[in-house]
Amino acid sequence: MTTQSLIDRQSIIVLSLLAATAVLVPVLNTVAPPGSALHLSDYLVPLLGKYLCFALLALSVDLIWGFCGILSLGHGAFFALGGYAMGMYLMRQIGSRGVYADPILPDFMVFLNWRELPWFWHGFDWFPIAALMVIAAPGLLAFIFGWFAFRSRVTGVYLSIITQAMTFALMLAFFRNDMGFGGNNGLTDFKEILGFPIQSGSTRIVLFVLSTVALAAGYLLCKWIVNSKLGKVLVAVRDAESRTRFLGYRVEIYKLAVFTLSAMIAGVAGALYVPQVGIINPSEFAPANSIEVVIWVAVGGRGTLAGAILGALVVNAGKTWFTGALPEFWLFALGGLFVFVTLLMPRGILGGGTDLWAKVRRSRTRHAPGGLPYAAE
Amino acid sequence: MSEPITPTLLYLDNVTVSFDGFRALNALSLAIDHAEMRAIIGPNGAGKTTMMDVITGKTRPNQGTALFEGVHDLTVLDEAAIAELGIGRKFQTPTVFDMHNVEDNLLLALKGERGPFAALFSRRTTRERERIEALLERVRLSAHRYRKAGELSHGQKQWLEIGMLLAQEPKLLLVDEPAAGMTDQETADTADLLRDIAKTRAVVVVEHDMTFVRDLGVKVTCLHEGSVLAEGSLDAVSANERVIEVYLGR
Ligand SMILES: Nc1ncnc2c1ncn2[C@@H]1O[C@H](COP(=O)(O)OP(=O)(O)OP(=O)(O)O)[C@@H](O)[C@H]1O
Ligand SMILES: [Mg+2]
Repeated sequence: MTTQSLIDRQSIIVLSLLAATAVLVPVLNTVAPPGSALHLSDYLVPLLGKYLCFALLALSVDLIWGFCGILSLGHGAFFALGGYAMGMYLMRQIGSRGVYADPILPDFMVFLNWRELPWFWHGFDWFPIAALMVIAAPGLLAFIFGWFAFRSRVTGVYLSIITQAMTFALMLAFFRNDMGFGGNNGLTDFKEILGFPIQSGSTRIVLFVLSTVALAAGYLLCKWIVNSKLGKVLVAVRDAESRTRFLGYRVEIYKLAVFTLSAMIAGVAGALYVPQVGIINPSEFAPANSIEVVIWVAVGGRGTLAGAILGALVVNAGKTWFTGALPEFWLFALGGLFVFVTLLMPRGILGGGTDLWAKVRRSRTRHAPGGLPYAAE
Repeated sequence: MSEPITPTLLYLDNVTVSFDGFRALNALSLAIDHAEMRAIIGPNGAGKTTMMDVITGKTRPNQGTALFEGVHDLTVLDEAAIAELGIGRKFQTPTVFDMHNVEDNLLLALKGERGPFAALFSRRTTRERERIEALLERVRLSAHRYRKAGELSHGQKQWLEIGMLLAQEPKLLLVDEPAAGMTDQETADTADLLRDIAKTRAVVVVEHDMTFVRDLGVKVTCLHEGSVLAEGSLDAVSANERVIEVYLGR
């Protein structure tokens, strides 16, 4: 039996680091006295939480791109849809505390002189419905999109281009006021989530911890899939699609299943992101955002899961630093990083690191006094 | 299910495939019996691979009939459905899953459930393990079972692909140029292996290597410009004037 177990060394490292983060960040924020070197300031908690949401998004992209060869350049759309579903719930939570104090209608609808709530806003005041939509909306879009794309065997660059077109079309649609999603301002000015004040320190800590939990759960789910026979079929599709078909596998069904699941994971990431940054607007659908996600995955190491997380964290930390220190140069740095990684580290930080480590270990065993030269392969 | 129209296992009649007006297959007719082995020869571009594409559902013919077991219309089924019926195929260039180890390549090919949910929850059974064991033995890759398929030599990849075909337990195997790029010894071994396989299943072998075809010692069909030029024993076919002219050379 060579089926790897779910808890291998990589999983242990990822899960322990996430667990440590989930404990340390709240402790350093609340217990360490402000002013001490160990204190983590309040603004950092949602910032780190945002990084974790991006990491979950990167994970969803790695599942389809790294393991099944589907290069989606439109995953930001699924993230944004999950975010909008959460945003709609948060809007309804505002109730009569809005500027216009309408008990039912969000401010932007009053401003547009709407008399009643559009049908698709109904139910979003109830959290379970909103939570369902966080998964269902991106899942349904991915299913319909994938149904047409994969059945007509659109692959490679063509598929990537139509995913870009999809997110671009959604961006234009969400920019329109008459769509009913707040137009270019999007949804914002949230007050409460499940009755807890959304700006308060303790809510932010809970959201942060939930983000680590979601990331850990997403990681385990992806790990379970890629370690199963299903995962082996996905890799087979990635490496030799027609071979897989001639073995009797319905490739389009596999792609559809994993693409839909991946979109749902992206939706969850978006839903956790919105309450932490306090806004969702159509710019989240921008094609460039989706491309950036692919860069995170490539930088961290495609097809490794842990690499996707690492890449998202490293690049976004870099982005935060750059946009503070040298804002004009961020895009150049990002582009340069992508070129550098593609040319010199095609397996990303994690893949490159693993290779290097294997080399070091091999040369060590070779030179170890009395050690056996590795003759037996 | 309706009565078989023909007793043969594979029945191609009047099959034409044209690419932008160029006829890769031109009213091709061919019948393969149960547990028959057939060698297909013919010059480059004769349509040998295209014929396999039609049988396996990769290419749709512009006209003609393609029946399997007398009842299944191969011109309307997709690749996966045709594979499920029991037609396995080895590509002209060996195609294995390079990033998977040898054992996993066979595991993926083993006859069984093909849906994603079945795959997600599947556990390797003792029966499957024994099947893999036997297959590894048969294609002489037992010593390489944990190596990545991408690291195998060309000849080993060819054999792994044949092993994957066997794992599917097909009724008909289509084998495109199995001896290409092999040493003389490997070529002879491959002929032995195919002859052995053909005891229980139908095998269609496309090959340019005449020594290999002679080793197989079976009925030969020579294709030329998309249709059958000659059919019969190798001696008869290679004595045919037209075959000598277009293929074997004077
Ligand atoms: N998809 C395609 N589009 C256009 N032409 C094609 C296509 N596939 C095959 N052909 C043409 O059809 C003809 C038959 O090709 P095929 O591959 O079947 O030949 P073959 O007998 O297998 O030759 P070889 O011995 O070189 O493998 C060739 O002229 C080829 O160029
Ligand atoms: Mg050919």
